[in-house]
Amino acid sequence: MPAKIDAIEFRVLSPEQIKKMAVVEITKPELYDRDGYPIEGGVMDPHLGVIDPGMRCRTCGGTVGTCQGHFGYMELARPVIHVRYVKVIYKLLRATCQECGKALGSEEELKRKDEPLYDLYIAKRKKCPHCGATQQKIMLEKPHNFLIDGRPLTPLEIRMWLEKIPDETLKKLDIKGGRPEHLILTLIPIPPVTMRPSITLESGERSEDDLTHKIVDMVRINQRLRDNIDIGAPDFIIEDLWELLQYHVSTYFDNSLSGVPQARHRSGRALRTLTQRLKGKQGRFRGNLSGKRVNFSSRTVISPDPYLGINEVGVPIEVAKELTVPVRVNERNLTYLKSVVKKGSDVLGGANYIIRPDGRKKKITEENKDEIAEEIGPGYIVERHLQDGDIVLFNRQPSLHRMSIMAHRVRVMPYRTFRLNLSVCKPYNADFDGDEMNLHVPQTEEAQTEAEMLMLVQNHIRSPRFGGPIIGCIQDHISGLYLLTKGERIIPKEKAIQLLGSIGIDVDLDGDITGKELFSMLLPKDLNLKFKPSSYRKEEDMVVIKKGKLISGVIDEKAIGGESGLLIEAIEKDYGSDEARVFLERVAMLGIKFLTMYGFTIGLDDEDISKEARRRIDKIIEKAEKRCFELIEEYENGEMEQLPGQTLSETLETHIQMVLQQALNEAAKIVEEDLPENCAVVMAKSGARGSMINLTQLGGVIGQQTLQGKRIHRGYTGRTLSHFKKGELSPKAHGFVSSSFKGGMTPYEFFFNAMNGREGLMDKSLRTRYSGYMERRLVNALQDLKIEYDGTVRDNRKVIIQFTPGEDQVDPAKSNWGKINVKRIVESVIGG
Amino acid sequence: MDYEKYLKSLEGKIPKSILDELRENLEKYKPNKQETEKIIEKLLKVYKKSSYEPGEAVGIIAAQSISEPATQMTMRTYHFAGGAGIQVTLGLPKLIEVVDARRAPSTPAMKIYLEEEYNNREGAKKIANRIRETKLSDVVVEETTDLVNFVVELKLNRKKLEDLEIDDEELLKMLRKASRKYDVEIEGDILKVKPKKTGTIRDLQKVKLRALEAHLKGIRNVSQAVARETDEGWIIETLGSNLSKVLKMEGVDSTRTISNDIREVEETLGIEAARNAIVDECMYTLKDQGLDVDIRHIMLVADTMTADGEIKAIGRYGIAGEKGSVLARANFEVTVNHLTDAAIKGEVDPLESIVENVIINQVVPVGTGMCDLQFKPVKIGKK
Repeated sequence: MPAKIDAIEFRVLSPEQIKKMAVVEITKPELYDRDGYPIEGGVMDPHLGVIDPGMRCRTCGGTVGTCQGHFGYMELARPVIHVRYVKVIYKLLRATCQECGKALGSEEELKRKDEPLYDLYIAKRKKCPHCGATQQKIMLEKPHNFLIDGRPLTPLEIRMWLEKIPDETLKKLDIKGGRPEHLILTLIPIPPVTMRPSITLESGERSEDDLTHKIVDMVRINQRLRDNIDIGAPDFIIEDLWELLQYHVSTYFDNSLSGVPQARHRSGRALRTLTQRLKGKQGRFRGNLSGKRVNFSSRTVISPDPYLGINEVGVPIEVAKELTVPVRVNERNLTYLKSVVKKGSDVLGGANYIIRPDGRKKKITEENKDEIAEEIGPGYIVERHLQDGDIVLFNRQPSLHRMSIMAHRVRVMPYRTFRLNLSVCKPYNADFDGDEMNLHVPQTEEAQTEAEMLMLVQNHIRSPRFGGPIIGCIQDHISGLYLLTKGERIIPKEKAIQLLGSIGIDVDLDGDITGKELFSMLLPKDLNLKFKPSSYRKEEDMVVIKKGKLISGVIDEKAIGGESGLLIEAIEKDYGSDEARVFLERVAMLGIKFLTMYGFTIGLDDEDISKEARRRIDKIIEKAEKRCFELIEEYENGEMEQLPGQTLSETLETHIQMVLQQALNEAAKIVEEDLPENCAVVMAKSGARGSMINLTQLGGVIGQQTLQGKRIHRGYTGRTLSHFKKGELSPKAHGFVSSSFKGGMTPYEFFFNAMNGREGLMDKSLRTRYSGYMERRLVNALQDLKIEYDGTVRDNRKVIIQFTPGEDQVDPAKSNWGKINVKRIVESVIGG
Repeated sequence: MDYEKYLKSLEGKIPKSILDELRENLEKYKPNKQETEKIIEKLLKVYKKSSYEPGEAVGIIAAQSISEPATQMTMRTYHFAGGAGIQVTLGLPKLIEVVDARRAPSTPAMKIYLEEEYNNREGAKKIANRIRETKLSDVVVEETTDLVNFVVELKLNRKKLEDLEIDDEELLKMLRKASRKYDVEIEGDILKVKPKKTGTIRDLQKVKLRALEAHLKGIRNVSQAVARETDEGWIIETLGSNLSKVLKMEGVDSTRTISNDIREVEETLGIEAARNAIVDECMYTLKDQGLDVDIRHIMLVADTMTADGEIKAIGRYGIAGEKGSVLARANFEVTVNHLTDAAIKGEVDPLESIVENVIINQVVPVGTGMCDLQFKPVKIGKK
């Protein structure tokens, strides 16, 4: 078992510690001599580590790979304040006596533990209760100047004051990480060059890291200050230099202090110093520590492949030859691995590297492949190419829920895209308009088995969000099955055998069969189920499955769709996720195959409504508009009765909106009745894609366009567009579009429609931002909650959040829409 | 057949809600003894299979389950609660408001249930009228500023005043109580407001506004109250919230009446009520958008927010900022401050939960990473 870090302690470095961990004192602000070699005692001192390949570290003798770098130190000519601790110092100065350093509270007050100590002393104490010394007023002049009674307090004086504070006082003030005088810096650690590498530009010029620039500034001013002190320069010069040194040290720690001008690069760009390195999304913490770049991963465009299983992923040959799986050599697989190595790294099924028992990695090339094949034996590891059946993790960003990363089995294929089954588009929220996805190869046996057992696609058919299937049939699958199972469609024997054959069922049939019978052949033999399909209108529409036979009803979105598929849910619950996967794959394929055979297409005329229907719709619109004018008249005559809680004009708006909505609903009904069951209608009715509303808008009326949930009111003074009179309240003047998309809009209708559309776009971009931040906060607040072995939910303080998780211990990810289906259990026992 | 015996034996093993459902189904299907035993056996098996397993990272799943559908929510939805005109914020802004535990929600609202005797149209209307705050501006139909006499003349709506049962005497009394900066008198339908000190026109305007804002009747902060009949009888919906006052009113069913202001619920009804209010508000918001999220996830969020006996926001100033781990805090927001504070305080990060371990490249202690015991295999033939 590898060593484990048990805890991390945070402390303030003391000058002694700084000196102890340093290997060299830095005294010169120069970097390189005339020959381009780093100067000893300079900011790039060779003792600080190596960044150039081929060089050796002067401290440890290591090379770029083995030497992590070493700290140096710089002795400050005059102490300066650590900016990030100005507040702490201020509190300490106010809370302690300037003579004896003890806390400005009587013994009694100090014993009271419940009171926040700082607050106690911020109440201005004039006299120290211990030594009786009068206290002068301390003021902080931001960013880092202290005043005592209006006179500046130098860091030296502060340091002397802080030294006086006894340890017990510090303990009471919750300062346990070191002595406060160490917050006044006398030594500054100089970080190793490895954390501020310089880059050599193409022109041969060296470009130094921001941090190096800042250190050079500090060293230079420090030297200048020292020289001036040594020659006994006048006080004001020394003070100026001291102030300048303070500035450089401050910006070295944080270059975004308020009230301090930012230190800038020659180009005018602000330097990225220590605080900036850690902060924010791209900073060390969020950018490098909690989210890291990884090896053994790949990214490319995705495209669909209905012939793949839902738990498979098509991997391009080029990718498969680059990504590898480490395989440990043993007696049993020795011959096989030898043959793999012999193939070399250019042929698929070969290997790229071997790892010798001593941990050294060797690349397999055309030249040495035979030699290496002979060399390997137990104890070696061969990094072989990805092959069919390997477990990989597949991911699409944004990773909003756990189904955004699932394990798939590899199928190596030609061409350069990742291929995936259409049914898994939903959990990934993927489409194929240029989406890219990532693929990761787990590298240890533990990781592989864990991925296989927990993350494989079929284990995520049921979403933990609501306890129903998230993976299901989509689009053409649903249209196909809807057409297949609708009514008593007779499928000729040959066609039926062909259909079944294409989904891997090899049977002989006695004669022609119905679509329902054909579908039933995919159902488990003892399945009983009864539910309302989404096209449910009357009792006969009810879907009834008895003993694995579809007796009545039609299979549509409600049965097999994602997020609603009752049939998929039932099979997953009763027969397990593997069975559900097989069912899903077959059913989807059957849908596609049948649809191909049937022929399915939509065209412009699918949305055509009859003249009679057109006339009726026009009449309805006309009537509604008339009603609106009546309302407007009522309003203008002051006869309208005000709705509670609304102004008169709001009341009118509400009424008009209701009338128009009513008219639109009636129009939709007419369209629905009028359109024959053509392909577009099949899609809408079965829930495959689109809705009756879409069809109504195409062929009937588009309806009211809204801005912020109201009719459109903005635009010119008193009117929306110059097409209308000022103050006009009519439906069409405020965004009611009575044309259809097919019939064509008038210019002003088009404009209103565009307004509506633009609002939608804005809304969407705002929404993703807000919900993204909310997710980050939620995850951050809840990430430590987990179920303990005693069944309670606890946070990282081990505080019990819930005694019984979810009040009944039922995991929604294993439940039936959040419940245990007692009825089904009872029925299953009684029925069988 | 008597099923109670069987049901009794299951008590403590299976939650009550499931037992109730079982009782219902047993009585409906009337299985015999053998079948009943089989049913119970199967139910226990299914229940066990459906239970949470130790190590499950429930928190992350809950967070994801709430925010994943949040991406599909609409932004700026105001919704007419019950068509009668009370507009409340819904959609994503409302959800963010709840988890943020904002002190002042953008649209505070109450849902007031009524006691038996008032549970009818007249009773509800009466109470609604008593609740709705009436300001002077609500009974004024016309305002004129008389610059010569330096007086504001307000024409009163007599009918409204009658409805509100306020006579002139009372009105004057209330106006005088509201502010001492002006004198008031009534001449017929005209209410005259005269500032005590003469000043500029702006002062007059100020006095007028102040007078119009004077509270006459009802409960402060409740600008609207609409009675409505629902499946649960007559209810009053309000815009503006003042639970503590409303609960004390006659005719109000204080056991069911609730506000959507979580902080207010906490103050008046306590932390458990606040917890339930968070659950209800979230569920209502999500349901309204047609999104299906299991209630357990929301309960977990609510329980986390209220676990310490007071409402804590999700975010920097609440739960996330109070974590035990320095690295976890630094990872979230205001990175450097957390690190420097930790140093001077001498904090120790025990590396007990997730991000800390991700940061230092160690196995995270959830799920399969939670096991403490490990088997060290011994090479065969070696002792």
